[in-house]
Amino acid sequence: MPNITLTVNGTQHHLDVEPRWLLADVLREQLNLTGTHLGCEQGVCGACTILLNGRPARSCLTLAVTADGADIVTVEGLAKDGELHPVQEAFWQEHALQCGFCTPGFLMTSVHFLNENPNPTRPEIREALSGNLCRCTGYQHIVNAVERAAETMRKGANHAISQD
Amino acid sequence: MKPPAFEYVCPASIAEALEALAARDDAKVLAGGQSLIPMMNMRLARPGLLVDINRVPELAAIQDEGDTLQIGALVRHYQLETDARIKEAFPLIPAAERLIGHPAIRSRGTIGGSLSHADPAAELPVLAMLGDWEMTVASRDGGVRRIPAAEFFMSYLMTTLGPDELLTHVTVPKQRTGGSHIAEFAVRSGDFALAIAAAMVELADDGSVRSVRFALGGVSDVPWRDLDLESSLVGAMSSDALWREAGRQAAEAIDPADDIHASSSHRRQLAETLLTESLSRAAEQARERSSH
Ligand SMILES: Cc1cc2nc3c(=O)[nH]c(=O)nc-3n(C[C@H](O)[C@H](O)[C@H](O)COP(=O)(O)OP(=O)(O)OC[C@H]3O[C@@H](n4cnc5c(N)ncnc54)[C@H](O)[C@@H]3O)c2cc1C
Ligand code: FES
Ligand code: FES
Repeated sequence: MPNITLTVNGTQHHLDVEPRWLLADVLREQLNLTGTHLGCEQGVCGACTILLNGRPARSCLTLAVTADGADIVTVEGLAKDGELHPVQEAFWQEHALQCGFCTPGFLMTSVHFLNENPNPTRPEIREALSGNLCRCTGYQHIVNAVERAAETMRKGANHAISQD
Repeated sequence: MKPPAFEYVCPASIAEALEALAARDDAKVLAGGQSLIPMMNMRLARPGLLVDINRVPELAAIQDEGDTLQIGALVRHYQLETDARIKEAFPLIPAAERLIGHPAIRSRGTIGGSLSHADPAAELPVLAMLGDWEMTVASRDGGVRRIPAAEFFMSYLMTTLGPDELLTHVTVPKQRTGGSHIAEFAVRSGDFALAIAAAMVELADDGSVRSVRFALGGVSDVPWRDLDLESSLVGAMSSDALWREAGRQAAEAIDPADDIHASSSHRRQLAETLLTESLSRAAEQARERSSH
């Protein structure tokens, strides 16, 4: 089995992986980071979205072997010292989740989007989230949450997820 | 919903990749994985060997060759969306990229993968036809071939690429003058489009058409273009009526299939409306450019 190195949420791991293992499964099953969810396994629902070298990516469409050497952030890497990330805080405040299945993907997508576009319009938020499906909350609250997070992040400290 | 087992190699150079592809006949190239991995997850594709080209730096280069831009097969959608050289050389590329999937798909998917996968509703193959791009492909035993877009796409998800061939780069002739536009209709933002229309227009000083090209996606098994219809418009005065008529004639010439996403007549209407819009906008942009 190929041996790969992944840096996940700042911690380096050396892992033996079968070539056919998806990055999502390695995160969930080898590293026990079960916050990354698998919905469709065909790139459509967005539940498995993580940050791969600073960019959002579908962990269901990435082989773990291909990600050898990558720097990865999962939903478990968002909160710092017991403090929720402003996007997580805003999802909570705005009731942007019910069952929570889709939430990790929405959070990772939103974190990257707000780093690139700190002052988005509502249509821009909708467009940015169009690759993430939620089957129970409805999108209104989710868009409200991202809007609120943008505001907090503009006002507050720099919450950018560093990739260095 | 996991890929079946396969063997895996990760070459560091084009030569190594070609060697691996030639070694067995059930090998497949893995680029961004955004089309191949879903098919493997659903077990619609079962390659025996994956040749992962993600670590071949030669394939990721963008090179300015004067009249053309050479884009490596591994250049990813998000780079096509944001690279200044690409925007300058062929502004329809970043315009089309914003219509392709979602940011997470664009982080990984590549130009080479899009063209090789040849989905009839994909944007980049439409631009390849429109802009007369040329694909350079290589194999260990067959050497290097340069294939014009018009001969590259064969049918639904089928190109002239042989199983041992690797698309190494795409040569894009630069658009120096005139205007261009791409329009499409998708049910939800980021979905594959039901129909796509892209156009490039150059106008003479008197407002007549100096040159015009247009191509459609989603309406046939390969991107659609009609050189005779294009040349019949040259010399005519640019006007909304002209572009409406061109849209009507194109809609008459195509014969889209019925499928679960849309009926033939729906696609035909979309093609007409989108093409008229693209031609008018491209002409408008050409006019604005020439008056500056
Ligand atoms: C949810 C979702 C939405 C999408 N929406 C759109 C959309 O709206 N428009 C659109 O155009 N696309 C869309 N895509 C597809 C996306 O653009 C893919 O990136 C693209 O089709 C394939 O590129 P890839 O690099 O991921 O190729 P891969 O998936 O790695 O490969 C695809 C095929 O091409 C072959 N191949 C790849 N590179 C080469 C090469 N250099 N030489 C020879 N063969 C090669 C592979 O063997 C395979 O057969 C979407 C994908 C998803 C998952
Ligand atoms: S599980 Fe990856 S996009 Fe749905
Ligand atoms: S909160 Fe249940 S799917 Fe989104």
